[in-house]
Amino acid sequence: MTDLSLSPKTPARPSALAALKARLAAPPAAPKRVQFDRPLMPWLLLAPQLAIVAVFFYWPSAQAITSSFYLEDPFGLGSSFVGMANYTDALSSAEYRKIAAFTVFFAAVVAALSLAIGMVLAVKADKVIRGRSAYRTALIAVYAIAPPVAGLIGMMLFDQHIGPLVRFAALFGWDMKVGLDYWDTAIAMIVVAVWLHIPYNFIFILSGLQAIPAAVREAAVIDCASPLRRFLTVVLPLLTPTVFFLTIINLTYALFDTFALIDVMVKDKPANNPMTLVYKVYLDGFRGNDFGGSSAQSVILMVVVLVLTLFQFRYIERRVHYG
Amino acid sequence: MASIDIENVSKIYPGSTARSVADIALNIKDGEFIVLVGPSGCGKSTLLRMVAGLEDISEGEIRIGTRRVNEVEPAHRDIAMVFQNYALYPHMSVRDNMAYGLKNRAVPRPEIEARVAEAARMLELGPYLDRKPRALSGGQRQRVAMGRAIVRQPAAFLFDEPLSNLDAKLRVSMRTEIRRLQKRLGTTSIYVTHDQLEAMTLADRLVVLNAGRIEQIGTPLEIYHRPASTFVASFIGAPAMNLLDAEIAGNRLRIGDEVLDTPVSGAAGKVTLGIRAEDLMPADRGLSFTPDDIEDLGAQRLVHGFVAGQPLTLVISPATRVEDCRRLAPKPGALHVFDTLSGARLDLHTEHDSRPVLPVGQGL
Amino acid sequence: MNKVTPFDHLVLILGTLLMVTPIAIAVMTSTHTAADIHVNGLSLLPGGDGIETYSTVLTHKGGFTGQVTGARMMMNSLILGLGFAVGKIVLSMLAAYALVYFRFRFATAMFWVIFTTLLLPLEVRIMPSYQVMAELGLLNTYTGLIVPLLASATGTFYFRQFFKSVPDELLEAARIDGAGPVRFFIDILLPLSRNMIAAVFIIMFVYGWNQYLWPMLMTTEESFFTLMRGIKQILQVWIGSQIPDYNQAFALAVLALLPPVAIVVVFQSWFIKGLTESDK
Repeated sequence: MTDLSLSPKTPARPSALAALKARLAAPPAAPKRVQFDRPLMPWLLLAPQLAIVAVFFYWPSAQAITSSFYLEDPFGLGSSFVGMANYTDALSSAEYRKIAAFTVFFAAVVAALSLAIGMVLAVKADKVIRGRSAYRTALIAVYAIAPPVAGLIGMMLFDQHIGPLVRFAALFGWDMKVGLDYWDTAIAMIVVAVWLHIPYNFIFILSGLQAIPAAVREAAVIDCASPLRRFLTVVLPLLTPTVFFLTIINLTYALFDTFALIDVMVKDKPANNPMTLVYKVYLDGFRGNDFGGSSAQSVILMVVVLVLTLFQFRYIERRVHYG
Repeated sequence: MASIDIENVSKIYPGSTARSVADIALNIKDGEFIVLVGPSGCGKSTLLRMVAGLEDISEGEIRIGTRRVNEVEPAHRDIAMVFQNYALYPHMSVRDNMAYGLKNRAVPRPEIEARVAEAARMLELGPYLDRKPRALSGGQRQRVAMGRAIVRQPAAFLFDEPLSNLDAKLRVSMRTEIRRLQKRLGTTSIYVTHDQLEAMTLADRLVVLNAGRIEQIGTPLEIYHRPASTFVASFIGAPAMNLLDAEIAGNRLRIGDEVLDTPVSGAAGKVTLGIRAEDLMPADRGLSFTPDDIEDLGAQRLVHGFVAGQPLTLVISPATRVEDCRRLAPKPGALHVFDTLSGARLDLHTEHDSRPVLPVGQGL
Repeated sequence: MNKVTPFDHLVLILGTLLMVTPIAIAVMTSTHTAADIHVNGLSLLPGGDGIETYSTVLTHKGGFTGQVTGARMMMNSLILGLGFAVGKIVLSMLAAYALVYFRFRFATAMFWVIFTTLLLPLEVRIMPSYQVMAELGLLNTYTGLIVPLLASATGTFYFRQFFKSVPDELLEAARIDGAGPVRFFIDILLPLSRNMIAAVFIIMFVYGWNQYLWPMLMTTEESFFTLMRGIKQILQVWIGSQIPDYNQAFALAVLALLPPVAIVVVFQSWFIKGLTESDK
């Protein structure tokens, strides 16, 4: 279904939540005209997945919510109900707010840069025919690199002694101290995170571009002489669904999948270094043994992801209609 | 081989109160070729799929042979189906596609091989038996779909618009081939199409459906010559029958200010008058016709124009000059009169009517 | 129409080079000695100590207990990658088959029970997940490493989309041909899904191989360490050492990135198809 990028603009829809509700209430829209009628068999087929989902998804998720209302004794001798205290503690803490602010900044910059650079490369690769597959191969190779490996390589590139990027910055009189200076570390983290996620954006935009029918582009060439204007008025609107989808994916990536990267780059000296909210959940939970606080932060993050994903559902729904 | 009896069958989809197929009664004789024809959404495919067992039967009963099949699995109904998109298994060779149903029925291997070989010979598929469907042309795929049905030696063939994915030329030749095969095998067949030409050429009997109901059942010629309603009149035959608003007053048909001098009796008041384009001839007296546009088709020419302000199409031979068509007279017995409101045929007596009255098919 | 200018090629070549250079640096630098790297910095040219470094990393027993080798960690990464991919394919094909091809009560509810897992990534429920694993006694087991990662509906989503795109008539034809649910699945659906299975396998293998946070929490015993865990380990050992083992770190990184990169590059057409045709 690569023609997903061709979905025309939809008229205003009810809110994502309302759409979700409506979907839940609706009778099952049979995906097939004809289905098997066996009362037991579907349950047997679903059983393994349902069992795993119940034990490893719903149980922990429920526990996260419950323990977010309790304060656990540091020595593990019991816990007491504290209501919303864990939430108010987290939200009112200056440190938490600072990390939240950095997380938003980090996510926005990483999402925007990897989308923009991915798009420039995809548009160029779509244009040239010779070598297109070579460029794609090269970029896909980067996609497969694990975040901790990327973090390790990034750390070396920004190493105080041997890092070529630090030496390069020194040429402009910039004394980069990654791991020591807050903003220098932040910049290194952003560079590595963007580097790792450009290929994903590239792959999707390229396939989106190639799904635009040649006839549409030829019509645009006849109607409009300026290539830039053509891109902005014809190609980009047709890519909107892809771009929207990627924006959500990029934000989710920056929020969660960068954990390993940050863990490797910040190592065990988080004191003066930037970090994201997910990293803080981990630090407070496993290092600080503050289960309640960590759980409350988890729940806050769950809400953030929920909102992001509801946006995504809206997008998927749109795609289902036109795909 | 078997007869198929469809007794007052209706389809009501869950969550809907309307009948997509309403109270259909149809008795199909052993070996008969029945074509269900109608516009899209008329319920013809749904009816076929109910016979196949792919749709539940909401009301009524379907019997294949003497056996009630309402609750019988499709595989056990002893039918074979040819789908519009052929539904060939893409990962199986032509041979395996044909053999799959037989294997599932535990037909002995030599028997399967013999039947596949026979079907391949009949359909000239011999050289392609080991190919995958994607290596075949559209026409060849269509033949494989036919072959899959033939090897089953079923009581009935069900065809769901099997030719509509082919180009026009292939469609005509496959049409003849299907007809020939069916006559040779003598297998009862139900064939769904929206193409009236296909319907006319294939059918022993034609069933015209509209909005889930049967409009008319009859042989192609019965339906052509005595359409039971304005719907059938406009659906069967090309170009479509001209339908004009008319009025019967004083035993004469009046169209606007024009009066036909054929005496009619049996009704009065506003009616719809139907005249086929080929049933009008240039004449000295008659309806005054204003030609507007001409389509030359080589063997004949179509003249579009107006009679008393209403559009009318005329078929004339290429030798006839359009200037000679200022006045038109219907051929004797070529007038069809319908009730304006219900669209149903009104059987009137016209003086020139010399044709024998053909019986209208059962079911109406 | 659209003239390709040298500028287009320039942008592409420069962009691609910038993207790929870090990998080249990692590979090349891993063939130099630690001292060499310490003095001369990272390198884009091959050095002469590759064989020695890699054999050390693969066979030298390191870690806090001195028990784990690079080869062992690679083995564990492979087990995680393969186990995860295979488990995901089996579970999600069965579940998707039930959701798409069967009419049963609560089908919609089950759809949502399964697909809600897409809403919350493991990272936000990592603490309680760990506690559940501890209660079940699954810490430091392969089961504990692999099975909880399966509790997400990505694979089910892929297969559901794919099954929905299979023409309805195939099922209808198969039913007329006398195939029941089991036979239809084995004879028709499974062979038709071959490409999809390959695509999902590649995506899931890479995903499993690249896991970091979960293995880090689940495995305190070094015999269960994966390569990703090993990378964390080697960095922790660094603190305080005079000349860090740059070469070994790079060698470990190369070992960790090579298998997924190779698989994705070799099977890129399947991979891209799987990725873009079903979104996430």
